[in-house]
Amino acid sequence: MTIYVFDGTMDGLLTAVFDAFSLKEEPQELLTEGDALPLFCDHIYQVTTDEEKAQRVWTGLEKKLTREAMKLISVSWLSEVKELNTPLFRYICKVFRQGDISKNFADPDVLAVTNIARRVLHEQLRMKQFIRFQKAKDGTYLAVVSPDHNVLPIITDHFSDRFNDQPWLIYDAKRHYGFNYDGKTVIRITFEDEAAVPFSLENGKLNEAVLSNDDQLLQDLWRTYFKAICIKERMNPRKQLQDMPRRYWKYMTEKQ
Amino acid sequence: MSAKIHIIFGNSAKKTMISFVLRLTLCIFASMLTEKTMEKLRILAESAKYDVSCSSSGTVRKGKQGMVGSTVGGVGICHSFADDGRCISLLKVMLTNYCMYDCAYCINRRSNDIKRATLSVSELEEITMEFYRRNYIEGLFLSSGVVRNPDYTMERLTAIARDLRTVHRFNGYIHLKSIPGCSQELLNEAGRYADRMSVNIEIPKEESLKLLAPEKDHKSVFTPMKMIQQGVLENKEDRKKYRHAPRFVPAGQSTQMIVGATKESDKDILTMSSMLYGQPTMRRVYYSGYVSVNTYDPRLPILKQPPLVRENRLYQADWLLRFYHFKVEEIVDDLHANLDLEVDPKLAWALRHPEAFPVDINTADYEQLLRVPGLGTKSAWLIVNSRRFSRLTSYDLKKMGVVMKKAKYFITCNELTSQFSQPIVGINELHPERLRPLLISKAQQKRAAEEQQLQIDFGE
Repeated sequence: MTIYVFDGTMDGLLTAVFDAFSLKEEPQELLTEGDALPLFCDHIYQVTTDEEKAQRVWTGLEKKLTREAMKLISVSWLSEVKELNTPLFRYICKVFRQGDISKNFADPDVLAVTNIARRVLHEQLRMKQFIRFQKAKDGTYLAVVSPDHNVLPIITDHFSDRFNDQPWLIYDAKRHYGFNYDGKTVIRITFEDEAAVPFSLENGKLNEAVLSNDDQLLQDLWRTYFKAICIKERMNPRKQLQDMPRRYWKYMTEKQ
Repeated sequence: MSAKIHIIFGNSAKKTMISFVLRLTLCIFASMLTEKTMEKLRILAESAKYDVSCSSSGTVRKGKQGMVGSTVGGVGICHSFADDGRCISLLKVMLTNYCMYDCAYCINRRSNDIKRATLSVSELEEITMEFYRRNYIEGLFLSSGVVRNPDYTMERLTAIARDLRTVHRFNGYIHLKSIPGCSQELLNEAGRYADRMSVNIEIPKEESLKLLAPEKDHKSVFTPMKMIQQGVLENKEDRKKYRHAPRFVPAGQSTQMIVGATKESDKDILTMSSMLYGQPTMRRVYYSGYVSVNTYDPRLPILKQPPLVRENRLYQADWLLRFYHFKVEEIVDDLHANLDLEVDPKLAWALRHPEAFPVDINTADYEQLLRVPGLGTKSAWLIVNSRRFSRLTSYDLKKMGVVMKKAKYFITCNELTSQFSQPIVGINELHPERLRPLLISKAQQKRAAEEQQLQIDFGE
């Protein structure tokens, strides 16, 4: 059994594809450094990430696959789950051998990559649904999130399009970075000293000193509305949990 | 501020701008919201909540410079889910819950002794904008009780939509309820600002409607529907000539029917829906399980709980009409005038039509695949795409997410036997009457039985 080990980056994965072809090997698994090795492996190859090789593989892939399929691969990479590495690696290898198989869902690797990408897209939708802004005194709208997958890069377009006249900041408390929109452009930001930020990373609440004056009232209004709109005779907490899982609640105004 | 606007708009617009600026100043600097607003919002949301429609679908409109908001199209975005599991997408609220009508099924009927309130225009606009900016909502769903006369009420609804679009530069979703009996001119104006408009049928048969709502008839419902449709079609023609003509109700219209308040069968309801979907602008028909709000009225049934299973079956049937190429006669007929509460409508159809099965997964066309219980639009799409590469086995189907528990009786795959059906026993070998109990879970049976039968409460 042949096993490749890479550094966990997209470039590393693409380099692994390059090396597999140049060495004429068909590795069964692609592991990241530090993963536990399986019991019976007779050949381990350490991939050295090479940007140039990665670029060549990516360009080659673009020639073989439709735009849609390429997007799906990029999206699936944002999932940051380990189970993606091997299927994605084998999927890309297969594309170079068999052509465009992106719609062959009977292939376990294609199906796995598609399903993971779908999970990421689902979470992206949930961010669009459940992000809650609070207005700060300086007019910036702040939202804190901690999504399972790294979806912030694919939701910023939505928010800068929708709220193009209001500065906002969406911060990922789990990955310790965020995106700030100043009315013109979206930039990626990190805080040097995360402990000093004027909001809580646990529940996303802005400190009272910086919260704008009427924000508390508006939050209360929203909570009132949320309670009033429910029909008591139709209580269905199971359905609520299905559509709005509890892990999102901690940053949501109506559930705080 | 006025100087700034002066520069932007030039001299000629100065006069109109003065009033504009005054209003803007009002909105921006003096917040109208107080604790009293909260009470009003509570009352008016509670009055509006029995209207089911909530979707923000149907229009794609990108954000515009100088405006707030966008609409995403597709299925819209649900921003929250209330404790009853229903989605909150739009700020669903009434402008006022005073009403001059006395419809038996409605909580806001004039003879009801409930708290009444009216939101001021500026309050409502401010709430909408501030909620929107915090990503609480996709837009506004505005309805109102009828005060004075339909035209007066409709005019106020229109004024709010106009204000939101022109003064507040709101570019999000607006769903306006059209007040039955209002004039064509008002409706035409409202349609320019709204994304979707709706008129509720409430009761599918006219005689029942007249019994429960003596002041209403079907004409008063269908006339505004026709008017909206007319507007949309004319607008379509206009847009062919002038590409930038403003759009008229781009997301079409929707309507709602109450289920279980009157004796209509599911056949009556679904025939009505199917007829409505035949109209070019009707996008959604909602079904609202009747919640006993006015228990004292002898014209209404007393229900222990709303008919939720029946409502769910109606929605399933609705989906069959819209996405699964079913005709209404196939779902309900004179023999089966009501939907089977124990099994879903597609399974019920399949059990009545064993001759249509088994379906060969590898050769059947998309329409046939859609008719297999356990296969949805998504899995049918996956199958159609994948089988061009290799013949599919039941193992592949299971992996793709097909509900094999149901589907295995209705399909053949690329194998003689499989671990999921050993040996192959399809609907034709088993016979529908013996297959049926295999596909119903105990919980489902219990739920359906509970809804059909009233139980005597013996106490302790």
